[in-house]
Amino acid sequence: MSLEIFSYGFMHRALISGAAIAVLCSVVGLFLVLRRYSLFGDAIAHSSFGGIALGLLAGVYPLWTAYGVSIASALVITRVRDKYNISGDASIAILLSSGIAAGLVIIGLSGGFTVDIFSFLFGSILLVGMDDAILVLVMAGIILMIVLLFYRQLLYSTFSEEQAQVSGIHVQRINYLIVLIAGITVVTSIQLVGVLLISALFVIPNVTAIMYGRGFLHTAVISVILSVSAVVAGILISYLLDITPAGTIVLLSIGMLGCTMGLKSAGLLSR
Amino acid sequence: MIVEISGLTVRYPEILALDNVSFEVGKGDFLGIIGPNGAGKSTLFDVMLGLNTKYEGTVKFFGSEIRKSRKYLGRIGYVPQNPVFERNFPATVRDVVHMGLGKNSDAGRIDGILQQLWIHELAGRRIGELSGGQQQRVFIAKALVHDPEILILDEPVTGVDRQSTDLFYSILRELNLQGITIIWSSHDLDAVNKLANHVACLNRTLFFHGESEEFFSDDKLVKQYSEASMQEHMHQH
Repeated sequence: MSLEIFSYGFMHRALISGAAIAVLCSVVGLFLVLRRYSLFGDAIAHSSFGGIALGLLAGVYPLWTAYGVSIASALVITRVRDKYNISGDASIAILLSSGIAAGLVIIGLSGGFTVDIFSFLFGSILLVGMDDAILVLVMAGIILMIVLLFYRQLLYSTFSEEQAQVSGIHVQRINYLIVLIAGITVVTSIQLVGVLLISALFVIPNVTAIMYGRGFLHTAVISVILSVSAVVAGILISYLLDITPAGTIVLLSIGMLGCTMGLKSAGLLSR
Repeated sequence: MIVEISGLTVRYPEILALDNVSFEVGKGDFLGIIGPNGAGKSTLFDVMLGLNTKYEGTVKFFGSEIRKSRKYLGRIGYVPQNPVFERNFPATVRDVVHMGLGKNSDAGRIDGILQQLWIHELAGRRIGELSGGQQQRVFIAKALVHDPEILILDEPVTGVDRQSTDLFYSILRELNLQGITIIWSSHDLDAVNKLANHVACLNRTLFFHGESEEFFSDDKLVKQYSEASMQEHMHQH
């Protein structure tokens, strides 16, 4: 491999923001996977599609409108689910389809966009500018600080809502907090793998890490290592082979999952 | 009195779950709550733990009505009947006990509690890998780690083997001797007789509350309870 690619500014930005997004998605995704909210990230990502279309129509930077629409719709659907006792999978389906539908209608109303909306759908990590890279790092820092600050409450309410409530934790507030940080994480991460593949970063490294049979912190660390490895390797391989980074990252993650399954089947992961 | 329950009534759409229940628990008491299935024990626990706030009457912990503040929850520990959690959840015994720490609790207590309950050797094992008896000791450790004044246990040995149950009972006795007030619901009359110094006999209404010696020396009361339990058992099968 030529070391020349490490001298490019765009590669620095891609690798740094990609690694930050990988850490962020792993940490937030672990809570979502354990709460059986695996597809929630996917649903928020799809709702952000409506936000992106709205931003493009209004002439506003699309990520800002995506943040607003995604977070608002995630909080609303969580409230509706609690109030009307709608099941988790049904609420995810509602959120997912409404975001895509809103996006398609807005695109139709505008007569189409000159901006390449495919970069939002499938990601464009190699095109990340300095402003975007800074935004990713700041958002990642804020979210990880929130997770650290509320670590016990997040873990306890994920483990058992009833027991957490009995210990005095405001479980409903923590549920909204999870939705809020998941919404911010998804929109922040769209630049890497796009709307359509975002949930892979939330789910695959965590499902893989859980198989190692470790405690919570070790599982989170394993997930982060796997995720960062897949993202960094995916960016480099895709550049060298001139293929899509998002697809490469997801396939590498799937490969790691397959290898872990093989190790587990061979009894090499039992403690 | 650190727990005062007065005129507690809970209505569900088609059933009166608790009818005018009143009793008190003093500091250091070991109260055994007995009653057949469907007697309202779980409803009573839900109210005491703040999970059900739709009730009539007053429920006071440490002198304050629990609807006004949830702060009392920081002074109690709770061990559920069958803790519901994902078996594959990546939490070790130490992780689970750590969850029980309050805002101002000392994390250094974790090792001491694990040793006290004879589970220190399991500290690094995942909770889902343990037997029912071991899991119950972990959940007691979690309930105790923030140094509570009251320990509330809802039929904690359901589905646990005899040896683990005996160990569990000896731990409860030891905790009570250390000054922790215990409120414990159980179907095991022999164990209640041996451990509890007060008994509350519930069947939607409270038909006995007093010292356990008084209850167990009254054959008529014990027979009445046994028949009610047997009828419920026959009804279920």
